[in-house]
Amino acid sequence: MTTLTHPPRTASPPARPRRTAGDGKWRRRIPLLPALVFTVVVTQLPFVATLVISTFEWNILKPGNRHFVGLANFKFVFTDERLRTAVLNTVVLTASVVLISVLLGLGLAMLLDRRFAGRGLARTLLIAPFLVMPVAAALLWKHAIYNPDYGLLNGTLNAVYRLFGADNGPTVDWISSYPMPAVVVSLVWQWTPFMMLILLAGLQAQPGDVLEAARVDGASAMATFRHITLPHLRQYIELGILLGTIYVVQTFDAVYTITQGGPGSQTTNLPYEIYLTMFRKYEYGQAAAAGVVVVLGSIVIATFALRTIASLFREEVSR
Amino acid sequence: MSPLWTFVAWLATLAFFAPVAWMVLTSFHQEADAATNPPSPLATPTFDQYRLLFSRDITPFLLNSAMASVISTLLVLALAVPTAYALSIKPVEKWTDVMFFFLSTKFLPAIAALLPVYLIVKDAGMLDNVWTLVVLYTAMNLPIAVWMMRSFLAEVPKEILEAAEVDGAGLPTVLLRIVAPVAMPGLAATSLICFIFSWNEFMFAVNLTATNASTAPVFLVGFITSEGLFLARLCAAATLVSLPVLIAGFAAQDKLVRGLSLGAVK
Repeated sequence: MTTLTHPPRTASPPARPRRTAGDGKWRRRIPLLPALVFTVVVTQLPFVATLVISTFEWNILKPGNRHFVGLANFKFVFTDERLRTAVLNTVVLTASVVLISVLLGLGLAMLLDRRFAGRGLARTLLIAPFLVMPVAAALLWKHAIYNPDYGLLNGTLNAVYRLFGADNGPTVDWISSYPMPAVVVSLVWQWTPFMMLILLAGLQAQPGDVLEAARVDGASAMATFRHITLPHLRQYIELGILLGTIYVVQTFDAVYTITQGGPGSQTTNLPYEIYLTMFRKYEYGQAAAAGVVVVLGSIVIATFALRTIASLFREEVSR
Repeated sequence: MSPLWTFVAWLATLAFFAPVAWMVLTSFHQEADAATNPPSPLATPTFDQYRLLFSRDITPFLLNSAMASVISTLLVLALAVPTAYALSIKPVEKWTDVMFFFLSTKFLPAIAALLPVYLIVKDAGMLDNVWTLVVLYTAMNLPIAVWMMRSFLAEVPKEILEAAEVDGAGLPTVLLRIVAPVAMPGLAATSLICFIFSWNEFMFAVNLTATNASTAPVFLVGFITSEGLFLARLCAAATLVSLPVLIAGFAAQDKLVRGLSLGAVK
């Protein structure tokens, strides 16, 4: 049987002779250094650079006009209409994708937790959406599914209408009529299998004897779910929400591919807006300032997230 | 399970799988059969689209992707395995702080690093170079790999390690005879996850490469403007680039969960 947290280890390791403590300490740290140095150089230094650039007026279309402007870019970031829309879109996009895929993933995990004919095959087919390359998936939804003229959605509608004797189905241009839902649906399709996998692992780690005891005591399926399964799943649900949020907040592929942020800026999320500021408007200072604000926001969210993760292996830490 | 719920389970499964099935099916069609309304799933299958892709030279893109993914995965392992060892088997003091430092780098949105990375890479003359992607993908996957590998190495029984040391086994012996057998499946799972994330990465690839170093996802977005004229070919390309990850993912389903959850779920 598997558990989310490691069982507490037996008593603390035997005290080692003090004599070599100094050497040993350093010898133990050596294996850490390459990865630490590499990570600091490649991930932390760029942020220092971002911080510096964010205090400059710097548009590469106006060469020779690069100068220090202090916090002006930040003032711009906090007052710009487009950026505010982008923040809102990011929240809407992330929250709806994560919540819907957790709910659908929970439903699928509950179904797949039971034995039925072809369960293994069903699980295999279900994880496929998560394994399709995100850019490929986005193009697939844009052209093969949402396209008003020959997409699968309208095509199916058409076929159904003809089946019932009507001439033709309605021609809905899904992406321009429902831009945000179109992006959300394609992402939910990609992320539901991820949630399902994590929640299925949680369900299968349920202690069998407790479930058995509940059944013997005559608890209804609903009561068992509410009082035993759901509390047990809580950690797994939190983990799913957390990891899902980290990845979905950064969504770039789907927005770039399906809607290019449009129509207008209806589906422009923060990563895409920063990308536009950088590579379309060439406003490096503003892009950097927006980046800094995003990092600060992420740190706030990450603080909560790290606490959740810390609780996941609290028992192991206590060894 | 009652027949009703079995039916519901299969219905949901097929609904989720339908787009993938549609992609594969369309990839074996002629363009004329792909763009019909209502759809014509029963048209005669053909390999033409795949043949066209290779004659239109998708090959260099696939090679760039393979190179960036495989080399960065190897680098990640070379850096992550010793780190994970120092964080689990003989944990350094405050090893949890180190773990959380690595994880915290994953919370920083990659987009905020794009501008400085772009400027540095440009100054270094490394734009449109696969090695740039190798370095970035290594940094991107290293924290995940450290967390995963640590969770696998933590399963090496402490008692056996101590017994081996008491018996006078040296470090190489301990690593080879005790740690390696337990860690091997974990190493495979970690490589798989790193490979998947690198193979699929798009944002850095599209912004930092142009003609020589572009990867498979960048090849794909070339279809963005084509207003459906090449739907079948698009589906063939989408199927082709997704194939390595689909095969690897199907083959290693059990390992996938643990990898995706950074080793927290087994």
